[in-house]
Amino acid sequence: MEASISVASEAHLEYVLRIADSSLILGHRLSEWCGHGPVLEEDIALTNVALDLIGQARLLYAYAGTLDSKGRGEDRFAFERNESEFRNVTIAELPNGDYGFTIMRNFLFLAFQRELWAVLQASDDSQLSKIASKSLTETRYHVQHASDWVIRLGDGTDESHARTQRALDVLWPYTAEFFSASTIDGGDVGPAWSTLENRWSSVVRPVLDVATLQVPAPTAFLSRGKEGIHGEHLTPLLAEMQYLQRVYPNCDW
Amino acid sequence: MDRKEWPLWEVFIRSRNGLDHKHCGSVHAADPSMALKNARDVFTRRMEGVSVWVVRADDIVASDPDAKPEMFDPAEDKIYRHPTFYTLPDEVNHM
Repeated sequence: MEASISVASEAHLEYVLRIADSSLILGHRLSEWCGHGPVLEEDIALTNVALDLIGQARLLYAYAGTLDSKGRGEDRFAFERNESEFRNVTIAELPNGDYGFTIMRNFLFLAFQRELWAVLQASDDSQLSKIASKSLTETRYHVQHASDWVIRLGDGTDESHARTQRALDVLWPYTAEFFSASTIDGGDVGPAWSTLENRWSSVVRPVLDVATLQVPAPTAFLSRGKEGIHGEHLTPLLAEMQYLQRVYPNCDW
Repeated sequence: MDRKEWPLWEVFIRSRNGLDHKHCGSVHAADPSMALKNARDVFTRRMEGVSVWVVRADDIVASDPDAKPEMFDPAEDKIYRHPTFYTLPDEVNHM
């Protein structure tokens, strides 16, 4: 009996970490734009999104700590795990590329995250449902911001259209991971991510249409970041993000 | 390449219901909806507002700083124009 309980709570923890890690890693990527935005207003807009994402990750890590047999807190989750222990979807860890690439990634992922929050609000897990309702209002704005820019750039100049289409071509295959089957999906905690595909698709495709962008044909490519199998880009990201804690263990400031 | 600057928009924020919108700064933006979002992102990060207005800076008609004497000085010695003879009821806030 005990063993099955601990398997269930392990899956529960994994489910929360997938969401938390995706927020943290994308938040960290967006923070790299700080001081480099194309215009001051966008610089601030993107760092606002980064801060919101990192704030969501903090709430989720604090909650994950209560599910964790090792009793880890937010700092240990963020700064003391190795690459293979991170459960973020791979799209979050890809380097920023140009502004169009960053915006397209935000659009594709945050639209998914918004649908996830919307369903999680009704979760039986009251902590998770509280975090989801708070995050949903933030993410609604993020998606609005990203959609606006996808349309402006996609339906903009020849160059902005070409770059945005290129970004979509590269990023689209990574979205399959959002909905890929997984052993830890479902249960009482929250929706199986695979059930969100239609909702996500009905949000994303009309915006891409207005932006005059072509959705690429499906491929067999499937990234597996949410299972801890990452690409080449997460390690350098963690090296930078975790540097201080790694060099000065337990330092506090 | 054409690198025209986006036009300037003046930003007005109402900090609480019942108060006036106050000018708080300006942003650059290509159109009204972008201006509104930029204003939100730049000026309401610390819960400064419940409502935002943006106005194209070009659309504001401003008085000429050189015309200050004839515009404003004549009001200086007309103390009787101040409605200081009334006691305001407590219910009237923010006058």
